[in-house]
Order: sequence, then structure tokens, then C-alpha cells
Amino acid sequence: MTAALATTALTNTVLAVETVVAQNVFFYLIAAVMVIAALRVVTTSNMVHAALYLVVVLAGVAAQFILLGAEFVGITQVLVYIGAVIVLFLFGIMLTRAKVGAEDGLSYDNVVPAILTAVLLFLVMGFAVVDFAKAPWSSDTLLIDALDRAPTTVEQVSDSIFSTYIVAFEAISVLLLAALIGAIVVARKE
Amino acid sequence: MYLIQFLILSSLLFCIGVYGVLARRNAVLVLMSIELILNAVNINLIAFGAFNGAAIPAEVFALFIIAVAAAEVGVGLALVLTIYRNSKNIDLDHVDLLKG
Repeated sequence: MTAALATTALTNTVLAVETVVAQNVFFYLIAAVMVIAALRVVTTSNMVHAALYLVVVLAGVAAQFILLGAEFVGITQVLVYIGAVIVLFLFGIMLTRAKVGAEDGLSYDNVVPAILTAVLLFLVMGFAVVDFAKAPWSSDTLLIDALDRAPTTVEQVSDSIFSTYIVAFEAISVLLLAALIGAIVVARKE
Repeated sequence: MYLIQFLILSSLLFCIGVYGVLARRNAVLVLMSIELILNAVNINLIAFGAFNGAAIPAEVFALFIIAVAAAEVGVGLALVLTIYRNSKNIDLDHVDLLKG
């Protein structure tokens, strides 16, 4: 009996370690793909390719959400961003008659100040994050342990939206309506 | 997974987005870079929520950010379209009507 319990506990530990390793492997894999695709979004000389690389980044963000246990947000990310926003971007590219192939002049000729700004900003933020991680608490308290934490369900999210955050929800629906009407009015032909 | 992994990833994405906003001349590409920035913020929110045990409020706020970003893209592309219709050009250094 005790031996069986010990074996079960051992199996659970092995499973837990394997899950943690798998989570980390997938995190770094998805993160690498996301960063490369994001760099291509801001550097490619083909507008359609930029939109398609943006799809990769947004899908990676959805995958990270699911990795963090936020399944509903991940699915919404796929529906809203990959489903709607990218189509909107492709329509924008099409209606402004961008060339299908590579194109000159999509970026400014001198991008050194932009690179400098971005790198400096990253250094500041990275320093802040690393400094935060080695502050009084040990790094183990910064562990996101997804094993004893079930993913949040759609039910919990909807309960929260329609009770605690109902005012914000109504405000966002009015905002979406205003944006819709505003976009139609602005883009309408006179 | 540690919180710091997600924070570094999101600050990296944020800075790539900032670079895009500053370096791109084409207005549609600038809007795409803004989407990168908003997504970086969302990763931050969800990661802090999962770490802090306040996952539900974080997810609700991330959903609100997604909704606002969709509205922003809609209005932004409508503006770009109007600019294109008026000047046949959506380069941002071309839009200088208010310049003295």
C-alpha cells in the first residue's frame, strides 16, 4: 500500500517535471518564432508579407495566452486579430494600391535614431525587469506554476464581465459602435 | 515558467513595435507596429494575472484591450484611406497640411 502510494507520488513528480520542461520548451520555441516574425514585420520591404508575418506574431501571442491558462483570451485573440484585424489590414493594403512585390521607401532612409531609441528602451525595461526579479524575494516566488492552477474557464470570465465589469463592458460596446460609425463616416465617399 | 520570461518577451515585442512606429514611413505599416505594441501589453497583463492569482480581472482587461485595438484599427484604416483618396500617397512625411 505504502509502496504503491510512493510509486504514484514518484510518477506524479516525474509527470510534473516533464510538464514543466515541456512548458518551457514550448515557451522558448514560440517566443523565438514570435520575435523573428516581429522583426520581419518591421523590416520587410513587401507590405503583404508584413501582414502575413503579423499573423505569425498574433498566433504566437494566442499560444502564449493558452500556455498561461487564459484559454478564452487566446481564442478571442485568434478570432478578432487573425480573423478580423488582419483582413482589415489586407483590405487597407489593397485599397491603397500597394505594389504586390517588394517596394522601396516603406521605411525612412535613416533608421539609426529609431534603432537607438528601441534598443535604449529595451535596455531600460530589461534592466527594470531583471532588477525586479532579484529584489528581496527569491526567484522561486516568481514562478508561474501552471500545474496546481487550472486554466480559467469561459464561465468564470463571463461571470466577471457581466457582474463586476458590467459598466466597462457597456462602455466598450458604445465605443465599438462609435468607432464603427466613425470609420464609416470618415471613409465614405462624398 | 517564470514571470520574468514573459516580461522580457513582452518588452522585446514592445521595443520592436516602437522601432516599427519610428522607422516606417507607410501609414498601414505603422498601424501594424502599433498592433505589436498592444499585443506586448496584453502578454504582460495575462502573465501578471496568472502569476498573481488574479487571472480573471487580467483576462477581462485583456479582452477590453483587444476590443479597443480593433476599434483603433478600424478608425485608423479609415483615416489612411481618406488620406490616400485625397493625396494618392500614404507616406507619413507627406501628410503635412498643418505644418506652418
